[in-house]
Amino acid sequence: MNAPLKAAPLAAKDFKSDYKPVWCPGCGDYSVLVAITKALASLGLRPENVAVVSGIGCSSRIPAYTSCYGFHGVHGRSLPAATGLKVARPDLTVLVASGDGDGYSIGGNHFLHACRRNVDLTYIVMDNHVYGMTKGQPSPTTEPDWSSKLAPGGTGLREFHPLVIALASGANFIARAFSGDPNGAAALIEQAVRHPGFSFVEVLSPCVTFRPEQRAWKERAHPAPVAPTDDPGRAARRLMTDDGFNIGVLYQGKRPPYRAPAAAAKSAPEALAAAFELDGARA
Amino acid sequence: MKKKPQPQQGAYADFMARAYAMELEAVERYAQFAEQLDAHNNPGVAEMFRKLSQVESLHAKRILEEMGWPSLPELPVAFAWETPEGPETAAFESAHYLMQPYHALQIALQCEVQAQRYFENIADGEAPRQVREAAAEMAEEEREHVRLIRDWMKKVPKPRADWDRDPDPPGMGE
Repeated sequence: MNAPLKAAPLAAKDFKSDYKPVWCPGCGDYSVLVAITKALASLGLRPENVAVVSGIGCSSRIPAYTSCYGFHGVHGRSLPAATGLKVARPDLTVLVASGDGDGYSIGGNHFLHACRRNVDLTYIVMDNHVYGMTKGQPSPTTEPDWSSKLAPGGTGLREFHPLVIALASGANFIARAFSGDPNGAAALIEQAVRHPGFSFVEVLSPCVTFRPEQRAWKERAHPAPVAPTDDPGRAARRLMTDDGFNIGVLYQGKRPPYRAPAAAAKSAPEALAAAFELDGARA
Repeated sequence: MKKKPQPQQGAYADFMARAYAMELEAVERYAQFAEQLDAHNNPGVAEMFRKLSQVESLHAKRILEEMGWPSLPELPVAFAWETPEGPETAAFESAHYLMQPYHALQIALQCEVQAQRYFENIADGEAPRQVREAAAEMAEEEREHVRLIRDWMKKVPKPRADWDRDPDPPGMGE
């Protein structure tokens, strides 16, 4: 009898699709795509065992550029779709891709509850502090004094602080990466996938078209000066005083991930359909 | 009959493998830039990046031939550059949809200068003699590339100060 063939390990390029990205040249999202494919290769996964789920925005185009299963959903709703998928198919590795508009504004409420539920997902948010796809409106993470044609003089509004919100809401792993270091970002994404529960990786990903000044982020990004902590109180103090450019794992919690009750998956389709019947509708 | 080169071991082979990986990263990045500029209807600059990618691939091929490697051998440790990426790899954010050939050459010049310094540091360091000699040779090659690119830049029009001004910047439909 022939021994079963062992599949050869895959390279990063094996996780890329034939579709060519249409992001603006210089966009940090190219680097994030490289980082994701490198991380998946390094994890020894296969495309058929990975799903990439997204919402709407430049960053949400990523599923099409990978050879994994993909779901390009509606605006801000990537996390509910990914949660359902992971609960139904816990054997899959599920990555969720989003941007600061899709993830923190339109999808802000889902972000809170995905952190709270702690389903084993890896949420990668490409944050460029602007709505790039729709030509440069301020987003929840835009600085209050950023002046542009669409917001002369700036919004004057305080920025959303996604890492603090993630910690307060119960995320089990919090990291910040920088697209200027695709290998470093790949290593952080790999750690996030390995960590059980809801892992949140914010990637600083410049939009050189609408925020050309973000090219200077490479001078500002720096490794986090302290090791990751599993103490939420300590992490909260660090994140509240964070300069926004600390790169690395900032919190690694120990909360067990959500597991769907086994019985829930055993309902027959007929039984589910019957449960939706209105009284007397079957006359 | 010409003797077939044999795979080599040790610090020299590690150094050459690193030099090869450095060239490959540059080949890949220039090819990515070419695709990006093609997608944004900037064929002149796309063609220039394709040329740069081809030039780097010739350098990579020469290293393989010199070492007698059919492909990059398995490496003892993962490559960890002192910079986020290889010294000859252009940063993703250095591209722009309105860039002109002169900008592409500026990027190439910066990469060649970084590569030259990288090899010079090894040549001036405390590596084994064979490695230092090879590094000095490569640094000289990179110096030559720097000269070539500077000459090339003299033949290409310099962009105007407002080259990236666009009253209607790109938007993307879903």
